[in-house]
Amino acid sequence: MNALPLVLTVFVACAVEAVEALTIVLATGITREWKSTFQGMAVALVVLAVITAAVGPAIGYLPLTALRVVVGALLAIFGLQWLRKAVLRATGYKALHDEASAYLREVTAAQEAAVERRRGVSDWYSFTLAFKGVLLEGLEVVFIVITFGDNQKNIGAAVIGAAAAIVAVTLAGIAVKAPLTKVPENWMKLAVGVMLTSFGTFWGAEGAGVAWPGNDAALLVLVPVVALAAAACIRWLRYRKVAAASPAKESEVVGR
Amino acid sequence: MKQLKSFGAFWYDFIIGDDWHVAALIVAALALTALLTHAAHVNAWWLLPLVAFAALAWSLHRATTPRK
Repeated sequence: MNALPLVLTVFVACAVEAVEALTIVLATGITREWKSTFQGMAVALVVLAVITAAVGPAIGYLPLTALRVVVGALLAIFGLQWLRKAVLRATGYKALHDEASAYLREVTAAQEAAVERRRGVSDWYSFTLAFKGVLLEGLEVVFIVITFGDNQKNIGAAVIGAAAAIVAVTLAGIAVKAPLTKVPENWMKLAVGVMLTSFGTFWGAEGAGVAWPGNDAALLVLVPVVALAAAACIRWLRYRKVAAASPAKESEVVGR
Repeated sequence: MKQLKSFGAFWYDFIIGDDWHVAALIVAALALTALLTHAAHVNAWWLLPLVAFAALAWSLHRATTPRK
């Protein structure tokens, strides 16, 4: 398979995670103290590197069939989870993830917390907040890179996609010195949900023993079909919402 | 014990998310696909996508239907 879809999928997925990590780091660094924030980030990156070094090669030793079943199931579950949230947000059933308000929440909490020196770190609050933010979002990046890269036998392309996303988001963050509120995060999440669900379904079924019609080319059909299914869900929920909001009109129509 | 619980809760939330039914349906569909393919020699490539769509629609329906 061409490496471009792999690079683009990993790029978009990792960009979403990087935007969320950037919001936490900026809120902490600007409000509290940059030194402890950078220390927290650095320790999180070291932990991520250790996890990647331990898990990455170990995955390479697993038989491909077993790997595809497990990774396929995980990606499909993960993807459906993202799709579910994105559809609920797109239809107003769940509040949109707003980076500006997330940033304000972090800033308020950071301003209220007391400064405490611990284990050689001058501001423990900044350190732990940056550490947790980068580690949690980073874990998702590592998961995406390893699963996509290993299944396509092209870890290099997956790493390029992830690195490009992190660099792009970091540079954008430095340029605007504020959370990236203009990023259409929900639509990006929807796109990532579509890709994760499609790849997960494809690999999972392949690992379970099926032969896809057209082999790898089946993905070219599966991705748009999943996207159409998500679009249909959005349309269906919007219709339901309008119908629920105007029960009188609906009963009139039914009554005719 | 508390740390172990929060560690477990983190991984549950990370992998399973808001609706465990979706995860259960995907795992069951994969098992059924393997069974159909290996035991009944049916190339059931269509099963997992169908279950995935049904699981998504069902989960959305449950999430947006007011509880009585």
